This record gives sequence, C-alpha cells and structure tokens, in this order.
Amino acid sequence: MAAAMARVDDQPTLAAAAADLTQAAARRLDLVFRSGAALLSILLLLICWELFARSGRVTMFMLPPFSVVAEQIKTDALSGDLWRNLGVTLYRALAGFAIAACIGIVLGVSMSRNRVVRWFCDPIISVGFPMPKIAFLPVIILWLGVYDVSKICVVVFDAIFPVVTATLAGIAAVDKELVWSARNMGASERQLTWQIMLPAAAPQILTGLQVALPIALIVEIIAEMVMGGYGLGGAMMSASRFANSPGVFAGIVEIAVVGFLLIRAMAVLRRRLLSWHQETAE
Amino acid sequence: MTSTAFRYLPLVLLALAWEAVARFNIVDSQALPPLSKVAVAWFDLMRDGSLVSNGAVSLYRGSVGLLLAILIGGGLGMAMARWRLFDVFVNPLVQLFYPLPKSALIPVTVIWLGFGDGSKILLIFLACMIPVTIGAYNGARGSEQVLVWSARSMGASRMRMMWDVVMPSALPELLNGVRTALALAFILIVSSELIASQQGFGYLIGYLGSTGAYEAMYAVVLTVAFLGFTADRVYQVIMQWLLQWRE
Repeated sequence: MAAAMARVDDQPTLAAAAADLTQAAARRLDLVFRSGAALLSILLLLICWELFARSGRVTMFMLPPFSVVAEQIKTDALSGDLWRNLGVTLYRALAGFAIAACIGIVLGVSMSRNRVVRWFCDPIISVGFPMPKIAFLPVIILWLGVYDVSKICVVVFDAIFPVVTATLAGIAAVDKELVWSARNMGASERQLTWQIMLPAAAPQILTGLQVALPIALIVEIIAEMVMGGYGLGGAMMSASRFANSPGVFAGIVEIAVVGFLLIRAMAVLRRRLLSWHQETAE
Repeated sequence: MTSTAFRYLPLVLLALAWEAVARFNIVDSQALPPLSKVAVAWFDLMRDGSLVSNGAVSLYRGSVGLLLAILIGGGLGMAMARWRLFDVFVNPLVQLFYPLPKSALIPVTVIWLGFGDGSKILLIFLACMIPVTIGAYNGARGSEQVLVWSARSMGASRMRMMWDVVMPSALPELLNGVRTALALAFILIVSSELIASQQGFGYLIGYLGSTGAYEAMYAVVLTVAFLGFTADRVYQVIMQWLLQWRE
C-alpha cells in the first residue's frame, strides 16, 4: 500500500523533474545563443570600424583602424607605459572609492542612529547629492594641488553621496520587528548596528556602492584629463595634444576594458557577500 | 515654516562658518575668499554678462544633447524590449558601452567635431543615451504581455501599441533613467568645457581660476552647483506630475 502510494506520488515529481530539466536545457540553449550573438555583434562592430576607417571616407586622424589602435595598445603594453598608467589610475580611483565607501557607510549609519548628526548632515546630503560636484574640481586643485591627494579627494567627494543615501535608505527599510526582537533578546546598541542593521541593509548599501564605482571612474578620468600627469586619462589627453589619434582611441579601449572588468568584479563581489540573502537564490 | 528653517539651518551655519573662517584669516583668503566677496563677484559677473552668455551656451549644449538622448535612447530601449532579434544583437553593444567611464569620450568628440558646440552635444548625447536606453528597456520589458496582446487583437498597429501600451508602462523606469542622465549631463558639460572649450560654464571656471580671480571662480562654481540641484528638483516635480495617473 505504502509502496503503491509512493509510486503514485513519484510520477508527478518525476514529470516535474523532467520539466525542470528541459527548462534548464532551454535556458542553457538560450544563454549559448545569446552569448554567441553578443560575441558576433561585438565582432561585427570591430569589423565595421576597421572597414569604415580603411574605406577612405574618414581620415586616419578622425578614425584610425582598429588594427592600428590594437598595435598602439600592444606597443604601450610592451614599453610598460600602459601598466604604469593603469596602475596609477586604478590606485587613485579605487583608493577614492574605498574611502568614500567607508566614510559613506559610517556617515549613513550615524545619521540614522543619531538625531543631531542627522539634523546637521541631512540638508547637506540632499542638496549636495544632485549637484554637479565636478564643478568644484578647480577649487580642489587650488587647495590641494594637482597630485594624487587632490585626485583622490575629487573621487571621494563625488562617490560618497550615493553611498550615504543608499545606507540611509537601507537602514530605514530594516524590518522593525527584526529590531524589536533583537532589542527584546537583549542586544546592545553596538550589536544592533553590526549584527542586525548592517546585514539587513547590505543589499541596498551594495547597490549604493555599485552606483558609486562608475562615478569614481568617470571622475578619476576627468581629474586626470584636467590636471595632467600619469594615468589613463592623462595619457589620452597628452595623446590628443600631440594629435596622436591612435593613442586617444587606444585610451578609450583601455578605459572601457577597465570599466567593464571593475563593474563585473563588483557584481561578483555582491553575489559573494549576499550569498546568504534570498536575492542570490533566485 | 519654522520647521523648514530648522531643517536648513545647517546650511546657513556652514555659510556662516565659511565667512568667519575666511574673514579671520584662519585659512588663506586666496584659497577661500569670504562668501560675501563671492556674492559681490557674482553680481559683477551678472552685470558684465559673461555669466549669462556662457551659461546660455552650456545650457543649450546640455539640453540639446539630453533631448536627443531621451528621444533616441528611449526609442532604442523600447525597440530592444519588443523585438527579440534586435535585442539579441543590440543589447551586447549597450552592455559594452554601459561600463565605459563616459568622460573617456571627451578627447574623441573633440577630434571629431572640434572645440565648439557639436562635440559637447555629441558627448552629452552618447553618454546620456545609455541610462535612458536601459531604463526604457527594463520598463518596457515589464509591460504586461496581456495588455500588449489585447491591444494588438483590438487592431492597434505596432506603432500605436508602442505609444499607447508600452510607453506608459515603461514610463517610471524610463523617467528614472532620464534622471541619471540629467545628472550625468551636468557633470560632462562642465568637465568637457573645462578641458576643451572656449565658451560655457566650465570654460569660465577654468579661465577665472587661471587668471587668479578666485572670488569670481567660486561664484561660477556655486552657480553651476545650484543649477544642477534646481534642475534635479524641477525634474522630480515633472516626474511626479507625469506619473500622476498611477493611482
């Protein structure tokens, strides 16, 4: 009797499993199709670029062929210029981003835990967030000069706002019952912050960081272009001063690759850090 | 009324602190001129017309670029959401350009179109198109298939269906994308003018800074910051008004 029951029960689960399998297969097929198409369309773009540049409709200065640009990147890589510029740019952008992340999260937490801090910072944040802070770049140059410190400061100044607002919003959205039950079970204020609020707000905080990272890159490149010196943006600017247009296009390709990899890395980091959260399970 | 005043009191305190720090020479008054002198410099700039003429150039460049980005980017996003084959080939390109720090395009647009309006408009257009496209795409993908089917079965043409069904349901996310684009437009207009231009807010800031007219430079910087803030606030009001129909 029990065996018969089991067999009867088995059938739908088997069918469901089979359906799951075909669905997974279909999804994988779709993925293969999509990534194939993605590669194809990027390849097409590069081929069009090459052909258009060689067609004689545009000058070498306006649009150097992709092969020439790739050659330029190779030369830069072999001479070591690429790595030095890359290192400097990454160092400043990531240092600024890290500082903005730390200060931003601390500020966001203290604003949501302390009424005086909130009163003081709230209007500054809400007025400062939509402002084009890059306009302050010459002011920061005036104060701090044109070296690493001022470039990092510009990055911090721009990247901090999304972190603070995301932290504030994340903590404000923490389930009240979670906080009540933690208090009820005797959690101290410190424990409440570290063990309840920060983990519960983590998805939103990470979203804030994901907004801040591209801003940090954009601003770092602008700062290098304005102030000069080493770095991918600085190299592009000096290439354009010498009318070295393969150098300018090489800069775009390099910066695009850096941006792509960093943003990918951030998404992977998010999935790692939130592996306990239901968001990743989907 | 008093609560609003209390809310914005910190900004007033900050302004007073600025004035005091500069007045009592706690920091070099070259590096931080007192706010009152900056205000005087602002009125001077308004009177000789340089703030208005440069501002008009910047706003013209920004608004044309942004408008093009909204029209073309919005259309592109919705087309991607509706036509699968189009999506399969265009989406990777959008994904490719999405993480590109847009400021890298500044020297290239200058190579293509020179130092004038054209290069700035192209820059704003290219950079702002991406967030608008992604917003429109995500929004339009969320539009209910049932509504699309019923519109089609009731005889709506493709264009008609796009306009009447897909557009409204894509609107909230599209408008959010436009908000990101608006902020980006301000950043890029100022920085591209700072780097390569003979007109505009960014140029004026760089010019005043290099001639040592720091009070006037502060005045322009604060004006730009204030305009960016106001544009965002006005946009939020427009956004709410446009989304009124959703309950």
